[in-house]
Amino acid sequence: MRSAPAAMFFLLLAACVGAPPQADDALYRDLGGTAGITAIVDSFLVELARDERIIHHFRRTNVERFRRLLIEQFCELAGGPCTYSGDSMALSHRGMGLTDRDFNALVDDLIHAMEAENVPVGAQNRLLALLAPMYGEIMAEQDVEPLAGSNR
Amino acid sequence: MRRPESCLLLVLALVAAPIHADGSRLLATGGVVPVEGGGGGGIVPWAVLSGYGSETEAGGSVTYSRLDTDDYAVAVYAAAYSWDNRLELSLARQEFELGTLRRLIGLAPNAKLRQNIVGLKYRVTGDVVYTPWPQISLGVQYKKNLDPAVPLAVGARDDADFDAYVSACKLFLASLAQRNLLTCGTLRYTRANQGGLLGFGGDGGTGRELHAEVAVALLLNRRFAVGAEYRSKPDNLGFAREDRWYDLFAAWFPSKRWSVTAAHVDLGSIAGLTDQTGVYVSAQLNW
Repeated sequence: MRSAPAAMFFLLLAACVGAPPQADDALYRDLGGTAGITAIVDSFLVELARDERIIHHFRRTNVERFRRLLIEQFCELAGGPCTYSGDSMALSHRGMGLTDRDFNALVDDLIHAMEAENVPVGAQNRLLALLAPMYGEIMAEQDVEPLAGSNR
Repeated sequence: MRRPESCLLLVLALVAAPIHADGSRLLATGGVVPVEGGGGGGIVPWAVLSGYGSETEAGGSVTYSRLDTDDYAVAVYAAAYSWDNRLELSLARQEFELGTLRRLIGLAPNAKLRQNIVGLKYRVTGDVVYTPWPQISLGVQYKKNLDPAVPLAVGARDDADFDAYVSACKLFLASLAQRNLLTCGTLRYTRANQGGLLGFGGDGGTGRELHAEVAVALLLNRRFAVGAEYRSKPDNLGFAREDRWYDLFAAWFPSKRWSVTAAHVDLGSIAGLTDQTGVYVSAQLNW
């Protein structure tokens, strides 16, 4: 009889430790998990590299780090078992001189990447719905000097 | 040349085709071009600017539309140009074929009521996709009826006037059935009879009034949208009642370069002929 509360305790503890950071990982699963998100990000990087409208913004970008952070960010946003370890959107885009045109071009490229990876329309829209609110934070400080030593 | 407008349309299309500089805005966010020109739906001007130009970009569109109801037909030749996704200049020529009414009142076989519309639209704030608040635009349409004899004979006061409007649009991402839902509300200050094709003001009302217009569109995927519009209108002419307009539309956006729209329209009573329902089709080229 004494083992029942103990079993319950360990069960709850296991549930706490094992729980993903978000309760709802439906979008993470609809995007194909980490493998699917990695494929989307790789397609996205190809689209960006081809995009003459915005490629100049990535001249000093550490592509491997950028790729890892994008995967982390999309995974975390979608409710997957990841933690984004990069800077805030405001900090990482500060002073880049971005315009609405750049922002639109980037979203356009992401949509093309998701189309190329055959992501269902509903999952595409849900990911865009999580990313779109970042517009305000990203575009807020474009007229200032970039922070010295910031690592993109 | 009986149709200089269609020739102009062809020239513009040919000039536009080789230029490869698509705007950056997302597919379908320019809407289509309504009967009065500029960015919008079929019968309602929306807060969005036509084409796909964003900040630092410019671009234009040409559109041919045709509306056939039980007793009438309207052809519309429209062109628009937008700068910076901020300011839009639009031109439209409407040609209203009187059909049944022409025979009833004994006009010449090819008698038409023609109207020119010059529109300006200014985006005041917001982005239809990205900002938490709606995209809001102010617009004016200067309308000049080129064949005012019939409108003036049935009681219209003027052959030319301004409409002014404010429109707000917001795209809700992953909304109904995880599809993106566009909603627009437009408030128009007008005294136009049947959009101006029957002149402006009349024996039943001389001043401008505020009228509400609404539109909803569901993007089933990136390229295909279905929606509905409603437009309240003045009722200034004593000789015949004027009704609200409705439409149900489907629009297809194969690329940013072109789109086609088809709609079922219900224009109610026009110049005494009731229940004017019919079909609207529109084709648009962007560059």
